[in-house]
Amino acid sequence: MVDLNNISLTEIVKLVKLKKVSSLELTNHYIKNIEKGKKLNCFITTCFDETIKKSKTFDAKKNYDSLLPGIPIAVKDLFCTKDVKTTAGSKILENFVPTYESTVTSNLWKEGAVLLGKLNCDEFAMGSSNETSFFGNVINPIEKDLVPGGSSGGSSSALAASFTPATIGTDTGGSIRQPASFTGTVGLKPTYGLCSRWGIVAFASSLDQAGPMTKNVEDCALMLEAISSYDKKDSTSINKKKENYSKNLNKNIKGMKIGIPKEYRVDNMPKEIEQLWSKGIDILKKSGVKIIDISLPHTKYALPTYYIVAPAEASSNLARYDGVKFGYRSNKGKNLIEMYENTRGEGFGDEVKRRVLIGTYVLSSGYYDAYYLKAQKVRKLIKKDFDNSFKKVDAILTPSTPSSAFKIGEKTSDPISMYLNDIFTVPVNLAGLPAISLPAGQDSKGRPLGLQLISNSLDEQRMLNIAFAIESEIKFKQNLNRWWE
Amino acid sequence: MSKEKFDYFIKTENNNWEVIIGLEVHAQVISNSKLFSGSSTKFGGKPNTQVSLVDAAFPGMLPVINKYCIEQAIKTGLGLNAKINLLSIFDRKNYFYADLPAGYQISQYKNPIVGEGSVTLDMPYGTKVVGIERLHLEQDAGKSIHDLSPDKTYVDLNRSGVALMEIVSKPDLRSPDEVNSYVKKLRTIMRYLGTCDGNMQEGSLRADVNVSVRKKGEKKFGTRCEIKNVNSIRFMEMAIESEAKRQIEILESGKKIDQETRLFDTKKNETRSMRSKEEAHDYRYFPDPDLLPLEIEQSFVDSLKKNLPELPDQKKDRFIKDFKISPYEANVLVSDNNISLYFEDVIKNSDIKLAKNWIIVELFAVLNKKNLDIKNSPVSSKNLAKLINSISSGEISGKIAKQVFEVMVNTGDDPSKIIKEKGLKQQSDPKELEKIVKIVLDKNTDKVQQFKSGKEKLYGFFVGEIMKASSGKANPKLVNDILKKELKK
Repeated sequence: MVDLNNISLTEIVKLVKLKKVSSLELTNHYIKNIEKGKKLNCFITTCFDETIKKSKTFDAKKNYDSLLPGIPIAVKDLFCTKDVKTTAGSKILENFVPTYESTVTSNLWKEGAVLLGKLNCDEFAMGSSNETSFFGNVINPIEKDLVPGGSSGGSSSALAASFTPATIGTDTGGSIRQPASFTGTVGLKPTYGLCSRWGIVAFASSLDQAGPMTKNVEDCALMLEAISSYDKKDSTSINKKKENYSKNLNKNIKGMKIGIPKEYRVDNMPKEIEQLWSKGIDILKKSGVKIIDISLPHTKYALPTYYIVAPAEASSNLARYDGVKFGYRSNKGKNLIEMYENTRGEGFGDEVKRRVLIGTYVLSSGYYDAYYLKAQKVRKLIKKDFDNSFKKVDAILTPSTPSSAFKIGEKTSDPISMYLNDIFTVPVNLAGLPAISLPAGQDSKGRPLGLQLISNSLDEQRMLNIAFAIESEIKFKQNLNRWWE
Repeated sequence: MSKEKFDYFIKTENNNWEVIIGLEVHAQVISNSKLFSGSSTKFGGKPNTQVSLVDAAFPGMLPVINKYCIEQAIKTGLGLNAKINLLSIFDRKNYFYADLPAGYQISQYKNPIVGEGSVTLDMPYGTKVVGIERLHLEQDAGKSIHDLSPDKTYVDLNRSGVALMEIVSKPDLRSPDEVNSYVKKLRTIMRYLGTCDGNMQEGSLRADVNVSVRKKGEKKFGTRCEIKNVNSIRFMEMAIESEAKRQIEILESGKKIDQETRLFDTKKNETRSMRSKEEAHDYRYFPDPDLLPLEIEQSFVDSLKKNLPELPDQKKDRFIKDFKISPYEANVLVSDNNISLYFEDVIKNSDIKLAKNWIIVELFAVLNKKNLDIKNSPVSSKNLAKLINSISSGEISGKIAKQVFEVMVNTGDDPSKIIKEKGLKQQSDPKELEKIVKIVLDKNTDKVQQFKSGKEKLYGFFVGEIMKASSGKANPKLVNDILKKELKK
């Protein structure tokens, strides 16, 4: 039998359709992997009994005609899953079991997939290393003392370690692309509004977007096709026809124009990343693409803007966790106010508290204009930079992150250096654009490095095609010896 | 009609104080479902039975605007002669409270759906135009119930998320009377439009009242206090009077008014401080990122405008013009759409002058006494029209009509049936009447003599005797004619 750990989701789907492998066999395979990999701390919740039951039900079906026939999939624990605990990596939702299913995960199950479990993440998706989770940090399968990135660190790690053939994460400032880059996997953040936010625990509503994390670009196209949909339950969802990203995927990018933004050449960027970027440019040139130098002048304001807008929205979004209706409630306190204070004081971790405080501050009267309003204005300028560029180019190529995966504990005491990790990913969220990170090489220590492609709104197909072309030339090879087993 | 002069000033030993009032009226929108969720808005349901996951702010739940509520707000705006803003924005108003599940209320802060407008009041001293500052849409909160347990607060979220229109007036009101008239007028307009039922007992209409005072003739406004959540017109009037007096006392003792939020204690008839300006919440308003800015097409506004029902002011003008009734009477008749419809129904087949009098005087008295509204009137419009026609045709006199009406009120019967059964038909046969007149005059020859020698007051006595002799059924006009003729003989 084939080694399921070394083939893509697309190939697995083919095997299922050809009845070479059953859903139950897949499920048993991943359960075994997961049980042997507890060390990595990828999962917050597993639901194997249910997965097995659903796999059996699937195998009894006659019709395998769907995008993800009987494929077991684990998802980030930010997606509400009906009757399966959903924690958002927080103590405050430690025992929260939704009675409803997020639109994005519903779409997966509609396409035939079955839920394996819920993947660890930074608390309320606030973090870049998966170290803020109440359920402990996640280990990168690349090396035992490396972070897997964040906030979708459980997802990237589980994917790289083949605990799931593909997964989904959420990306508010890079939470899909940065962990993908750190683990040698592919991660795509779609156009804001392409995937419904309904049923996803909100962090920063105007930035949050669900997206696929996969082992290659083809899988990514397939997963994006499965999860994207117009949803009238989400007012910011884009009403458009569903696309066949996987069917329309091709490497024909000759004649396209790719922009290289000079502002992404930041100080102190490791040479290896510069070289990787150049390698990407060379590959594109060889594929008949025209490389154009562009400028995104407001890039340097993106990070401060993000760290005003996102905490502002978060401070309001997280107000509902007050111990009154659901989730954790402290039993200390003499009155309502004290109950609130104790519940939130005990229920939230430090990073969440930090951002709620920042957010509350920037929205306060007297500070609103100087911070929140100004940030919104800058946000428009950042978007305008991109709009201007996309008059000239089809996509933009940048590194995904300014460094490779760092060590566990290395940045926890220095939030600013942690935030700097998002420097290349954040502008895209502020502009609502799609972007993909794909593995492009390793640094001298053997840690994966990613390249990021940014495209215009709703131009995911072209972006995937370009990524597909780069991927086939770059021939990234993941070397995992499964040391954790 | 001579107009009275406005004279609501609070007089003290040395001063004459003017009271300045502005109102923020919260009107519950008539709609089947809530502003951002599909839950029912029906009043009186068992606690927490009309609550969706959105209303309870579960993780990942998102608001979706109810288009019908938008329509209702625009219609109300049009009814207030107001500017409709084609772009408006929903903001989050952040504060913690147990009956506010999300920790924020979705409201409109800087960009409301409706801008400036006006409401015209008919006061005894003439018409008064009250400016409307704005109307915005917002969610209602849930209800905290503190009196069911000594150590627990219960929360009912049925109301959480129900659509409210907050209608903010300019500080144009100057007396409790004007406030009374303003709230009633707003309510009438919204009832005509079908946008708010105005039911104050169920909390569908309540107001925050802003009060300040200044010496008569002064131009500058004084410092205001806001009296929160007053839920009856009478309480609004009482609260204004007591708050104005409190402020005047402070100012006359040389102190300053602190801008603050106050509550009205209906039992003690006084306002007391709730929180000062310093303690005021910082609501940290910001545009709700879950909702896109609300864009409305002008054509949509136009189509709503075209289909707007006739509003009370228009109806009043039409009544005055077409039916030749006084502005006062027209006002009374249009103050409740159902009354105006009843009136128009009655006059379809009967005399307008008689109809308006019978409705305003007789019918209203009965409805008042029985505490009924016009929809439950024991006298149907059809039957009242019949009664009026019996008077017009001379079948019965006005006096007899009152007897018939009394029976109608108690039985709801058709007046012609009552007239027939009780034999109340008017005596209009001149020969029969002549007989009665002659008998009466014969019996009172002395008085006839006195009349002829100049004591003309006795005329009424003769009429009374004749009516008595005919058991009230004699046709008064004929009696007059015959009596005059006989007395000249």
